[in-house]
Amino acid sequence: MKAFIDVDHINFKYDSGENSKDVLSDLTIQIKKGEFLAIVGHNGSGKSTLAKHFNAMLLPTGGKIFVSGIDTGEECSKYEIRRRVGLVLQNPDNQIVASVVEEDVAFAPENLGVPPKEIRKRVDEALKTVDMYDYRKSVTFKLSGGQKQRIAIAGIIAMLPDCIVLDEPTAMLDPKGRDEVLETIRYLNRERKITVILITHFMEEAIFADKIILMNKGKIALQGSPHEVFAQVELLKECKLSLPQCTQLIHALKARGLSLPCDVLNENECVAVLEQLLEGKKCR
Amino acid sequence: MPIIETKNLSFIYGKGTSIEKLAIKNINLKIESGEFIGIIGHTGSGKSTLIQQLNGLLKPSSGQILFNGKNIWEASSDIRSIRFKVGMVFQYPEYQLFEETVFKDIAFGPLNMGLSVNEAKKRVLDAANFVGLDISLLERSPFEISGGEKRRAAIAGVIAMDPDVLILDEPTAGLDPIGRDLLLSQITAYHKKRKNIVILISHSMEDIARISNRVLVLNKGEVAMFDKPAAVFARAKELTDIGLKLPQIASIMLKLRNKGYKIPNHILTVEEAIDAIYRLAING
Repeated sequence: MKAFIDVDHINFKYDSGENSKDVLSDLTIQIKKGEFLAIVGHNGSGKSTLAKHFNAMLLPTGGKIFVSGIDTGEECSKYEIRRRVGLVLQNPDNQIVASVVEEDVAFAPENLGVPPKEIRKRVDEALKTVDMYDYRKSVTFKLSGGQKQRIAIAGIIAMLPDCIVLDEPTAMLDPKGRDEVLETIRYLNRERKITVILITHFMEEAIFADKIILMNKGKIALQGSPHEVFAQVELLKECKLSLPQCTQLIHALKARGLSLPCDVLNENECVAVLEQLLEGKKCR
Repeated sequence: MPIIETKNLSFIYGKGTSIEKLAIKNINLKIESGEFIGIIGHTGSGKSTLIQQLNGLLKPSSGQILFNGKNIWEASSDIRSIRFKVGMVFQYPEYQLFEETVFKDIAFGPLNMGLSVNEAKKRVLDAANFVGLDISLLERSPFEISGGEKRRAAIAGVIAMDPDVLILDEPTAGLDPIGRDLLLSQITAYHKKRKNIVILISHSMEDIARISNRVLVLNKGEVAMFDKPAAVFARAKELTDIGLKLPQIASIMLKLRNKGYKIPNHILTVEEAIDAIYRLAING
């Protein structure tokens, strides 16, 4: 089956001058329909630049990107691509346009010329999906960061997209807000079968993905399942990413000669692995 | 005598209007010279409102703020000088850069305080050094340096005033993991050398646990806890109830302890955990 998003040997530079460097160089990625992909990398690794290519906000300098078979470089298909692939940004305050929650969510379908009755249906549905239906009449500026991000996501869902790209959506949120947004993203992927591309520099968030792409200097340094990627500790360090504390702990113990697996991703796995290690060492 | 003391401090936004909101309530704090205070609390818990009162940007609705024993809002008090002594680095401070060169931007505070050009120059160089800003950047426009460098330049501008109290509101938000660790280590090195008070707001429990010597926990505008990190993070249930978390490593250790393993109860960092687990695995 053809990939839903097909990134075919693309290059990109911001400046067309001769001396300017490639921000993205020779990237080839295939994203399947319904996949949850995480793209990780440090600041300046090119991950946000790549994100903007998925919905034709940026066009590659060389190579091509196809979304559902449509070339993103075709001017006339731009709007169709943006309806299919929605983008959520880092700062919740930069993407709220209306003062009342339901009006904000209705903005995109209104722009698409969706009939009013259908808009009502889509807005209610979208707000229920992100668990913000009870707030539909609230004023947007009074919401918390996590709530605002969920409204931004609802605004995208109301366009009935095939794919959502989220560029560091939790960078400005408190722990609770972060959990809310992540839970929403996972729900969309799992239950609504929406393709999710999550750009993040928190490895803790990337563990929920089917596949992780690690970016470094505009190139793909590594791709694979979370367990495969987390096992490459040295490479992750080279790419300036930090591991979750649970992974750090297990690796350090392994380095001291204890026999442990090398791909622990989360708290529960860590506890289970340590329990095995410490078997019989309970206090009586 | 504490350097900063608050007495029954309360603040109400929009007093007497329909959107009146009590943001902080009855806060009593004493902060001694040389302390490194971490502040945590979910969005809307009153963190920013509190710190904006500490340097006189907001006037308390009731209660007092004493700086070196003196009420900063007393008629004879010079509130402008308080703002030099209590330096504030806001969230995303790089948006406040405005001068032609990085040097002039950092020198703005010291010159405003009435220091001579020479003295200001010395302050700029010292401050740049503290935050790891390369001297060669000082003559560049602040708008043509990288995001991480902008953040450092903005922080240097406050450090250059040589405040007795340095307040930072989420200074690492949006930075990648390596950038985060580097900036925090520079702030702790600065604090160690300058021996002033540093007050830092963060959503990262891991960072707060590692670097502060006392942690202030705010909830709904009130002080929920104000204690050493080990004591604060020992109250896991209360923290989760108010939308906060344990550092991941502390949470793993707690789970093991609850399962009956002999793990000491004050572990907050990965290093401590490595030692404790290793010892237990080897010796039992």
